[in-house]
Amino acid sequence: MKEVELLIIGGGPAGLCAALSAAESSAKVCIVERNKSLGGQLIKQTHMFFGSEKQYASIRGIDISGILLDKLNHYKDNVEILTETTVVGMYEDGVVTVLHKEDNYYKIKPKAVIVATGAFEKTLAFPNNDLPGIYGAGAVQTLMNVHGVKPGDRVLMVGAGNIGLIVSYQLQQAGVQVAAILDAAPKIGGYLVHASKIRRMGVPILTSHTVKEAIGKEFVEKAIVCQVDEKFQAIEGTEMEFDVDVICISVGLTPLNELLAMRGCQTKYVPQLSGFVPLRNENYETTIENVFTAGDATGVEEASSAMVEGYLSGLCAASKIGYTPGNFEERKKDYIKQLNDLRSGPVGKHILAGIEQIVI
Amino acid sequence: MRIEEHPILDFHKDNKISFTFNGETLEGYEGETIAAALHASGVKILGKSLFMHRPRGFYCAIGNCSSCMMTVNGVANVKTCVTDLKEGMVVEIQEGKGVIA
Repeated sequence: MKEVELLIIGGGPAGLCAALSAAESSAKVCIVERNKSLGGQLIKQTHMFFGSEKQYASIRGIDISGILLDKLNHYKDNVEILTETTVVGMYEDGVVTVLHKEDNYYKIKPKAVIVATGAFEKTLAFPNNDLPGIYGAGAVQTLMNVHGVKPGDRVLMVGAGNIGLIVSYQLQQAGVQVAAILDAAPKIGGYLVHASKIRRMGVPILTSHTVKEAIGKEFVEKAIVCQVDEKFQAIEGTEMEFDVDVICISVGLTPLNELLAMRGCQTKYVPQLSGFVPLRNENYETTIENVFTAGDATGVEEASSAMVEGYLSGLCAASKIGYTPGNFEERKKDYIKQLNDLRSGPVGKHILAGIEQIVI
Repeated sequence: MRIEEHPILDFHKDNKISFTFNGETLEGYEGETIAAALHASGVKILGKSLFMHRPRGFYCAIGNCSSCMMTVNGVANVKTCVTDLKEGMVVEIQEGKGVIA
Protein backbone atom coordinates (compact mmCIF):
# COMPACT_ATOMS: atom_id res chain seq x y z
CA MET A 1 0.00 0.00 0.00
CA LYS A 2 1.28 3.40 -1.02
CA GLU A 3 1.36 5.96 1.80
CA VAL A 4 0.99 9.66 1.04
CA GLU A 5 0.44 12.78 3.13
CA LEU A 6 -2.13 14.73 1.14
CA LEU A 7 -3.96 13.05 -1.70
CA ILE A 8 -5.69 15.36 -4.18
CA ILE A 9 -8.26 13.72 -6.42
CA GLY A 10 -8.64 15.69 -9.64
CA GLY A 11 -6.05 17.81 -11.44
CA GLY A 12 -8.34 20.59 -12.66
CA PRO A 13 -8.26 24.22 -11.47
CA ALA A 14 -9.36 23.39 -7.90
CA GLY A 15 -7.02 20.41 -7.51
CA LEU A 16 -3.99 22.21 -8.96
CA CYS A 17 -4.48 25.24 -6.71
CA ALA A 18 -5.00 22.98 -3.68
CA ALA A 19 -1.74 21.22 -4.54
CA LEU A 20 0.04 24.56 -4.90
CA SER A 21 -0.94 25.98 -1.54
CA ALA A 22 -0.35 22.67 0.28
CA ALA A 23 3.07 22.13 -1.33
CA GLU A 24 3.99 25.73 -0.57
CA SER A 25 3.21 24.92 3.07
CA SER A 26 5.77 22.05 2.84
CA ALA A 27 3.20 19.25 2.73
CA LYS A 28 3.93 16.28 0.48
CA VAL A 29 1.20 16.14 -2.12
CA CYS A 30 0.04 13.45 -4.51
CA ILE A 31 -2.35 14.42 -7.34
CA VAL A 32 -4.40 11.68 -8.97
CA GLU A 33 -5.84 12.53 -12.39
CA ARG A 34 -7.81 10.19 -14.64
CA ASN A 35 -6.80 11.97 -17.85
CA LYS A 36 -3.35 11.81 -19.39
CA SER A 37 -2.65 15.46 -18.62
CA LEU A 38 -3.48 17.97 -15.89
CA GLY A 39 -5.58 21.12 -16.24
CA GLY A 40 -9.08 19.64 -16.21
CA GLN A 41 -11.50 21.62 -18.35
CA LEU A 42 -9.18 24.65 -18.50
CA ILE A 43 -7.51 23.06 -21.52
CA LYS A 44 -10.49 23.92 -23.72
CA GLN A 45 -11.37 27.37 -22.38
CA THR A 46 -10.20 29.76 -25.09
CA HIS A 47 -12.02 32.75 -23.57
CA MET A 48 -10.50 35.27 -21.21
CA PHE A 49 -11.43 34.86 -17.58
CA PHE A 50 -13.34 37.31 -15.40
CA GLY A 51 -12.77 37.97 -11.71
CA SER A 52 -9.68 39.82 -10.50
CA GLU A 53 -5.97 39.58 -11.15
CA LYS A 54 -5.59 36.98 -8.40
CA GLN A 55 -7.79 34.59 -10.39
CA TYR A 56 -5.97 35.38 -13.65
CA ALA A 57 -8.66 37.68 -15.06
CA SER A 58 -8.25 38.56 -18.77
CA ILE A 59 -6.03 35.50 -19.32
CA ARG A 60 -7.40 32.64 -21.41
CA GLY A 61 -8.22 29.40 -19.57
CA ILE A 62 -5.90 27.44 -21.87
CA ASP A 63 -3.01 29.62 -20.67
CA ILE A 64 -4.00 29.55 -16.98
CA SER A 65 -3.52 25.81 -16.94
CA GLY A 66 0.10 26.30 -18.10
CA ILE A 67 0.71 29.02 -15.51
CA LEU A 68 -0.50 26.77 -12.69
CA LEU A 69 1.63 23.85 -13.89
CA ASP A 70 4.73 26.08 -14.08
CA LYS A 71 4.11 27.23 -10.53
CA LEU A 72 3.63 23.67 -9.38
CA ASN A 73 6.94 22.76 -10.97
CA HIS A 74 8.70 24.96 -8.36
CA TYR A 75 7.60 22.47 -5.72
CA LYS A 76 8.32 19.36 -7.73
CA ASP A 77 10.14 17.68 -4.83
CA ASN A 78 6.91 17.87 -2.84
CA VAL A 79 4.47 16.97 -5.59
CA GLU A 80 3.85 13.57 -7.11
CA ILE A 81 1.55 13.44 -10.14
CA LEU A 82 -0.25 10.27 -11.14
CA THR A 83 -1.99 10.70 -14.50
CA GLU A 84 -4.20 8.17 -16.29
CA THR A 85 -5.12 7.04 -12.80
CA THR A 86 -8.76 6.84 -11.75
CA VAL A 87 -9.85 6.69 -8.12
CA VAL A 88 -12.36 3.88 -7.94
CA GLY A 89 -13.07 3.75 -4.21
CA MET A 90 -12.76 5.54 -0.88
CA TYR A 91 -13.28 3.35 2.17
CA GLU A 92 -14.14 3.77 5.86
CA ASP A 93 -10.60 2.94 6.97
CA GLY A 94 -9.27 5.82 4.86
CA VAL A 95 -7.92 3.61 2.09
CA VAL A 96 -8.32 4.91 -1.44
CA THR A 97 -8.20 2.45 -4.33
CA VAL A 98 -6.98 3.50 -7.75
CA LEU A 99 -6.70 2.06 -11.22
CA HIS A 100 -3.77 3.11 -13.40
CA LYS A 101 -4.58 2.65 -17.09
CA GLU A 102 -6.46 -0.62 -17.49
CA ASP A 103 -4.52 -3.10 -15.42
CA ASN A 104 -2.69 -1.67 -12.43
CA TYR A 105 -4.99 -1.59 -9.41
CA TYR A 106 -3.58 -0.61 -6.03
CA LYS A 107 -4.28 1.07 -2.68
CA ILE A 108 -3.24 4.45 -1.32
CA LYS A 109 -3.38 5.45 2.34
CA PRO A 110 -3.34 9.24 2.73
CA LYS A 111 -3.33 11.32 5.91
CA ALA A 112 -5.84 13.67 4.30
CA VAL A 113 -7.71 13.84 0.99
CA ILE A 114 -9.06 16.73 -1.06
CA VAL A 115 -11.77 15.63 -3.46
CA ALA A 116 -11.78 18.06 -6.41
CA THR A 117 -13.58 15.95 -8.97
CA GLY A 118 -15.49 18.75 -10.70
CA ALA A 119 -18.86 18.42 -12.37
CA PHE A 120 -20.55 16.98 -15.41
CA GLU A 121 -23.00 18.27 -17.95
CA LYS A 122 -26.71 17.93 -17.51
CA THR A 123 -29.01 16.92 -20.31
CA LEU A 124 -32.50 18.00 -21.29
CA ALA A 125 -35.61 15.87 -21.83
CA PHE A 126 -37.28 16.11 -25.26
CA PRO A 127 -38.27 13.53 -27.90
CA ASN A 128 -35.22 12.11 -29.75
CA ASN A 129 -32.77 13.77 -27.37
CA ASP A 130 -30.54 10.70 -27.72
CA LEU A 131 -29.76 11.19 -31.42
CA PRO A 132 -26.12 11.57 -32.42
CA GLY A 133 -25.50 15.27 -33.06
CA ILE A 134 -26.98 16.24 -29.69
CA TYR A 135 -23.94 17.06 -27.62
CA GLY A 136 -23.13 18.79 -24.36
CA ALA A 137 -21.66 22.27 -24.77
CA GLY A 138 -18.49 21.14 -23.02
CA ALA A 139 -18.21 18.19 -25.42
CA VAL A 140 -18.41 20.56 -28.36
CA GLN A 141 -15.68 22.69 -26.78
CA THR A 142 -13.45 19.65 -26.35
CA LEU A 143 -14.01 18.51 -29.91
CA MET A 144 -13.30 21.97 -31.37
CA ASN A 145 -10.73 23.51 -29.09
CA VAL A 146 -8.72 20.44 -28.11
CA HIS A 147 -8.98 18.32 -31.26
CA GLY A 148 -9.69 20.91 -33.95
CA VAL A 149 -12.75 19.04 -35.22
CA LYS A 150 -16.04 20.74 -36.08
CA PRO A 151 -19.14 19.25 -34.44
CA GLY A 152 -21.18 19.90 -37.61
CA ASP A 153 -22.19 22.65 -40.00
CA ARG A 154 -25.06 24.38 -38.26
CA VAL A 155 -25.78 24.40 -34.54
CA LEU A 156 -28.76 25.19 -32.36
CA MET A 157 -27.55 26.21 -28.90
CA VAL A 158 -29.89 25.45 -26.02
CA GLY A 159 -29.13 27.62 -22.98
CA ALA A 160 -28.09 31.27 -22.85
CA GLY A 161 -25.98 31.07 -19.70
CA ASN A 162 -22.29 31.96 -19.90
CA ILE A 163 -21.28 28.56 -21.26
CA GLY A 164 -23.96 28.65 -23.98
CA LEU A 165 -22.94 32.16 -25.03
CA ILE A 166 -19.20 31.52 -24.92
CA VAL A 167 -19.40 28.21 -26.81
CA SER A 168 -21.63 29.84 -29.45
CA TYR A 169 -18.95 32.47 -29.98
CA GLN A 170 -16.26 29.78 -30.15
CA LEU A 171 -18.31 27.82 -32.71
CA GLN A 172 -18.47 30.88 -34.95
CA GLN A 173 -14.70 31.38 -34.45
CA ALA A 174 -14.20 27.81 -35.67
CA GLY A 175 -16.27 28.51 -38.77
CA VAL A 176 -19.44 26.75 -37.62
CA GLN A 177 -22.71 28.61 -38.03
CA VAL A 178 -24.93 29.07 -34.97
CA ALA A 179 -28.58 29.23 -36.09
CA ALA A 180 -29.91 30.54 -32.77
CA ILE A 181 -29.45 30.42 -29.02
CA LEU A 182 -32.49 29.45 -26.96
CA ASP A 183 -33.27 29.84 -23.31
CA ALA A 184 -36.45 28.74 -21.58
CA ALA A 185 -36.03 31.55 -19.06
CA PRO A 186 -37.45 34.98 -19.94
CA LYS A 187 -33.99 36.54 -19.49
CA ILE A 188 -30.48 35.78 -20.74
CA GLY A 189 -28.63 34.06 -17.89
CA GLY A 190 -25.06 34.88 -18.94
CA TYR A 191 -23.11 38.13 -18.85
CA LEU A 192 -24.41 40.86 -21.16
CA VAL A 193 -20.91 41.37 -22.61
CA HIS A 194 -20.91 37.80 -23.97
CA ALA A 195 -24.50 38.13 -25.24
CA SER A 196 -23.73 41.41 -27.05
CA LYS A 197 -20.66 39.91 -28.70
CA ILE A 198 -22.60 36.99 -30.16
CA ARG A 199 -25.57 39.18 -31.15
CA ARG A 200 -23.22 41.46 -33.08
CA MET A 201 -22.31 38.39 -35.14
CA GLY A 202 -25.96 38.14 -36.13
CA VAL A 203 -26.92 35.18 -33.94
CA PRO A 204 -30.43 35.60 -32.50
CA ILE A 205 -30.99 34.85 -28.81
CA LEU A 206 -34.54 33.61 -28.26
CA THR A 207 -35.60 33.80 -24.62
CA SER A 208 -38.74 31.96 -23.40
CA HIS A 209 -38.03 29.32 -26.07
CA THR A 210 -37.12 25.66 -25.81
CA VAL A 211 -36.56 22.58 -27.99
CA LYS A 212 -39.79 20.72 -28.52
CA GLU A 213 -38.33 17.86 -30.50
CA ALA A 214 -35.32 16.73 -32.48
CA ILE A 215 -35.97 15.25 -35.91
CA GLY A 216 -33.71 12.74 -37.64
CA LYS A 217 -33.32 9.08 -38.40
CA GLU A 218 -29.68 8.30 -37.72
CA PHE A 219 -28.61 11.72 -36.47
CA VAL A 220 -30.05 15.21 -36.01
CA GLU A 221 -31.45 16.75 -39.18
CA LYS A 222 -33.83 19.33 -37.73
CA ALA A 223 -34.97 20.87 -34.47
CA ILE A 224 -38.49 21.98 -33.63
CA VAL A 225 -38.46 24.95 -31.30
CA CYS A 226 -41.40 26.50 -29.47
CA GLN A 227 -42.16 29.34 -27.15
CA VAL A 228 -42.89 28.65 -23.47
CA ASP A 229 -45.10 30.49 -21.00
CA GLU A 230 -44.04 31.73 -17.55
CA LYS A 231 -44.57 28.20 -16.20
CA PHE A 232 -42.21 26.83 -18.87
CA GLN A 233 -45.07 25.10 -20.68
CA ALA A 234 -45.00 24.95 -24.49
CA ILE A 235 -47.35 27.43 -26.18
CA GLU A 236 -49.20 25.71 -29.01
CA GLY A 237 -48.91 27.21 -32.45
CA THR A 238 -45.52 28.82 -31.82
CA GLU A 239 -43.43 26.00 -33.37
CA MET A 240 -40.50 26.91 -35.62
CA GLU A 241 -38.20 24.61 -37.57
CA PHE A 242 -34.42 24.94 -37.64
CA ASP A 243 -32.32 23.05 -40.17
CA VAL A 244 -29.41 22.07 -37.95
CA ASP A 245 -27.16 19.02 -37.68
CA VAL A 246 -26.09 19.73 -34.10
CA ILE A 247 -28.12 20.59 -31.02
CA CYS A 248 -25.78 21.78 -28.31
CA ILE A 249 -27.12 21.40 -24.77
CA SER A 250 -25.91 23.99 -22.31
CA VAL A 251 -28.30 23.70 -19.40
CA GLY A 252 -25.78 23.63 -16.62
CA LEU A 253 -23.68 21.13 -14.75
CA THR A 254 -24.13 18.98 -11.72
CA PRO A 255 -21.44 18.25 -9.08
CA LEU A 256 -19.46 15.00 -9.33
CA ASN A 257 -18.87 13.81 -5.81
CA GLU A 258 -19.89 10.15 -5.60
CA LEU A 259 -16.54 9.39 -3.96
CA LEU A 260 -17.48 11.57 -0.98
CA ALA A 261 -20.85 9.84 -0.70
CA MET A 262 -19.09 6.46 -0.87
CA ARG A 263 -16.75 7.53 1.92
CA GLY A 264 -19.81 8.38 4.04
CA CYS A 265 -19.64 12.18 3.97
CA GLN A 266 -23.03 13.74 4.58
CA THR A 267 -24.47 15.30 1.45
CA LYS A 268 -27.52 17.44 0.80
CA TYR A 269 -29.53 18.36 -2.28
CA VAL A 270 -29.06 22.10 -2.81
CA PRO A 271 -30.64 23.46 -6.02
CA GLN A 272 -28.56 26.67 -5.91
CA LEU A 273 -25.40 24.54 -6.05
CA SER A 274 -26.85 22.36 -8.84
CA GLY A 275 -27.23 19.03 -7.08
CA PHE A 276 -26.11 16.90 -4.16
CA VAL A 277 -23.18 18.51 -2.38
CA PRO A 278 -21.19 17.61 0.74
CA LEU A 279 -21.74 19.45 4.02
CA ARG A 280 -18.50 21.20 4.98
CA ASN A 281 -16.97 23.67 7.40
CA GLU A 282 -15.35 26.97 6.40
CA ASN A 283 -12.06 25.13 5.82
CA TYR A 284 -13.77 22.97 3.19
CA GLU A 285 -13.48 19.90 5.44
CA THR A 286 -16.49 17.56 5.11
CA THR A 287 -18.35 15.74 7.90
CA ILE A 288 -15.52 13.19 7.89
CA GLU A 289 -12.30 14.37 9.47
CA ASN A 290 -9.42 14.94 7.04
CA VAL A 291 -11.65 14.58 4.00
CA PHE A 292 -11.75 17.95 2.23
CA THR A 293 -13.38 19.13 -0.98
CA ALA A 294 -13.06 22.07 -3.40
CA GLY A 295 -14.31 23.37 -6.72
CA ASP A 296 -17.40 22.30 -8.62
CA ALA A 297 -17.62 19.05 -6.61
CA THR A 298 -18.81 21.22 -3.71
CA GLY A 299 -21.27 23.25 -5.83
CA VAL A 300 -21.20 24.37 -9.46
CA GLU A 301 -19.66 27.83 -9.93
CA GLU A 302 -16.90 29.18 -12.14
CA ALA A 303 -13.29 28.10 -12.55
CA SER A 304 -12.22 31.33 -10.81
CA SER A 305 -13.92 30.38 -7.55
CA ALA A 306 -12.80 26.76 -7.96
CA MET A 307 -9.19 27.98 -7.96
CA VAL A 308 -9.64 30.05 -4.80
CA GLU A 309 -11.46 27.20 -3.05
CA GLY A 310 -8.55 24.99 -4.05
CA TYR A 311 -5.99 27.34 -2.50
CA LEU A 312 -8.06 27.58 0.67
CA SER A 313 -8.66 23.84 1.09
CA GLY A 314 -5.01 23.03 0.34
CA LEU A 315 -3.87 25.52 2.97
CA CYS A 316 -6.30 24.18 5.57
CA ALA A 317 -5.55 20.53 4.79
CA ALA A 318 -1.79 21.16 5.14
CA SER A 319 -2.39 22.83 8.48
CA LYS A 320 -4.67 19.98 9.61
CA ILE A 321 -2.01 17.32 9.02
CA GLY A 322 0.54 19.18 11.10
CA TYR A 323 2.23 21.79 8.93
CA THR A 324 2.34 25.46 9.87
CA PRO A 325 1.80 27.45 6.69
CA GLY A 326 3.27 30.96 6.89
CA ASN A 327 0.72 33.76 7.46
CA PHE A 328 -1.99 31.14 7.79
CA GLU A 329 -4.70 33.38 9.21
CA GLU A 330 -3.97 36.23 6.80
CA ARG A 331 -3.99 33.98 3.76
CA LYS A 332 -7.16 32.24 4.84
CA LYS A 333 -8.85 35.62 5.29
CA ASP A 334 -7.62 36.73 1.87
CA TYR A 335 -9.02 33.62 0.14
CA ILE A 336 -12.37 34.05 1.91
CA LYS A 337 -12.42 37.70 0.83
CA GLN A 338 -11.63 36.73 -2.78
CA LEU A 339 -14.51 34.23 -2.74
CA ASN A 340 -16.87 36.84 -1.31
CA ASP A 341 -15.82 39.30 -4.02
CA LEU A 342 -16.41 36.70 -6.76
CA ARG A 343 -19.85 36.02 -5.27
CA SER A 344 -20.88 39.66 -4.98
CA GLY A 345 -23.11 39.79 -8.10
CA PRO A 346 -26.69 38.55 -8.55
CA VAL A 347 -25.50 35.02 -9.44
CA GLY A 348 -23.26 35.10 -6.38
CA LYS A 349 -26.24 35.88 -4.18
CA HIS A 350 -27.87 32.70 -5.39
CA ILE A 351 -24.67 30.69 -4.74
CA LEU A 352 -24.35 32.18 -1.24
CA ALA A 353 -27.94 31.16 -0.47
CA GLY A 354 -26.88 27.62 -1.39
CA ILE A 355 -23.65 27.67 0.60
CA GLU A 356 -25.57 28.81 3.68
CA GLN A 357 -27.32 25.44 3.63
CA ILE A 358 -24.16 23.32 3.67
CA VAL A 359 -21.71 25.11 5.94
CA ILE A 360 -21.56 23.43 9.34
CA MET B 1 -15.05 18.45 -40.66
CA ARG B 2 -11.70 19.76 -39.42
CA ILE B 3 -11.10 23.38 -38.46
CA GLU B 4 -8.79 24.83 -41.10
CA GLU B 5 -8.17 28.25 -39.62
CA HIS B 6 -8.64 29.51 -36.08
CA PRO B 7 -8.01 33.00 -34.66
CA ILE B 8 -6.59 31.73 -31.34
CA LEU B 9 -5.64 28.09 -31.63
CA ASP B 10 -3.04 26.32 -33.68
CA PHE B 11 -3.71 22.62 -34.06
CA HIS B 12 -0.55 20.59 -34.46
CA LYS B 13 -1.67 17.76 -36.65
CA ASP B 14 1.59 16.26 -37.77
CA ASN B 15 1.51 12.50 -37.67
CA LYS B 16 -1.23 10.95 -39.71
CA ILE B 17 -2.21 7.44 -38.69
CA SER B 18 -4.63 4.96 -40.14
CA PHE B 19 -7.13 2.73 -38.40
CA THR B 20 -10.22 0.77 -39.32
CA PHE B 21 -13.83 1.45 -38.45
CA ASN B 22 -16.15 -1.52 -39.04
CA GLY B 23 -13.60 -2.79 -41.56
CA GLU B 24 -13.24 0.48 -43.47
CA THR B 25 -9.83 2.18 -43.40
CA LEU B 26 -9.90 5.75 -42.08
CA GLU B 27 -7.25 8.29 -41.16
CA GLY B 28 -6.75 10.35 -38.07
CA TYR B 29 -3.92 12.13 -36.28
CA GLU B 30 -1.70 11.18 -33.41
CA GLY B 31 -2.78 12.83 -30.15
CA GLU B 32 -6.49 12.86 -30.86
CA THR B 33 -9.10 10.56 -29.41
CA ILE B 34 -10.82 7.78 -31.35
CA ALA B 35 -14.16 9.62 -31.18
CA ALA B 36 -12.58 12.87 -32.47
CA ALA B 37 -10.93 11.05 -35.40
CA LEU B 38 -14.22 9.33 -36.26
CA HIS B 39 -16.16 12.58 -36.08
CA ALA B 40 -13.58 14.29 -38.31
CA SER B 41 -14.23 11.52 -40.86
CA GLY B 42 -17.97 12.13 -40.62
CA VAL B 43 -18.78 9.16 -38.37
CA LYS B 44 -21.30 10.29 -35.76
CA ILE B 45 -22.87 6.96 -34.85
CA LEU B 46 -20.60 5.20 -32.37
CA GLY B 47 -22.97 2.53 -31.10
CA LYS B 48 -26.50 1.25 -30.68
CA SER B 49 -28.64 1.41 -27.56
CA LEU B 50 -29.01 -1.91 -25.73
CA PHE B 51 -32.73 -2.57 -26.08
CA MET B 52 -34.15 -0.26 -28.74
CA HIS B 53 -31.00 -0.35 -30.92
CA ARG B 54 -31.19 3.38 -31.39
CA PRO B 55 -28.09 5.13 -32.74
CA ARG B 56 -25.69 6.49 -30.14
CA GLY B 57 -23.08 9.24 -30.43
CA PHE B 58 -20.93 10.78 -27.72
CA TYR B 59 -22.49 13.29 -25.33
CA CYS B 60 -19.97 14.60 -22.78
CA ALA B 61 -16.61 13.88 -24.51
CA ILE B 62 -14.80 13.75 -21.16
CA GLY B 63 -15.38 10.15 -20.15
CA ASN B 64 -18.41 10.55 -17.88
CA CYS B 65 -21.53 9.54 -19.75
CA SER B 66 -20.52 6.22 -21.41
CA SER B 67 -22.45 7.05 -24.58
CA CYS B 68 -19.32 6.58 -26.76
CA MET B 69 -18.39 3.01 -25.84
CA MET B 70 -17.14 0.84 -28.70
CA THR B 71 -15.13 -2.35 -29.26
CA VAL B 72 -11.48 -1.47 -29.84
CA ASN B 73 -8.93 -4.13 -30.79
CA GLY B 74 -11.45 -6.72 -29.61
CA VAL B 75 -11.92 -5.12 -26.19
CA ALA B 76 -15.51 -4.14 -25.43
CA ASN B 77 -16.77 -0.98 -23.70
CA VAL B 78 -13.84 1.28 -24.51
CA LYS B 79 -14.70 4.95 -23.90
CA THR B 80 -13.62 6.26 -27.28
CA CYS B 81 -13.99 9.92 -26.28
CA VAL B 82 -11.01 9.67 -23.90
CA THR B 83 -8.96 6.92 -25.56
CA ASP B 84 -6.13 7.99 -27.85
CA LEU B 85 -6.13 6.82 -31.43
CA LYS B 86 -3.22 4.52 -32.29
CA GLU B 87 -1.88 3.30 -35.63
CA GLY B 88 -3.68 0.20 -36.87
CA MET B 89 -6.47 0.25 -34.29
CA VAL B 90 -9.48 -1.90 -35.09
CA VAL B 91 -12.55 0.06 -34.03
CA GLU B 92 -16.02 -1.47 -34.24
CA ILE B 93 -19.57 -0.62 -33.30
CA GLN B 94 -20.46 -2.82 -30.37
CA GLU B 95 -23.52 -5.05 -30.36
CA GLY B 96 -25.00 -5.57 -26.91
CA LYS B 97 -23.26 -5.22 -23.57
CA GLY B 98 -19.90 -6.64 -24.61
CA VAL B 99 -18.09 -9.56 -23.03
CA ILE B 100 -14.83 -9.58 -21.10
CA ALA B 101 -12.50 -12.04 -22.79
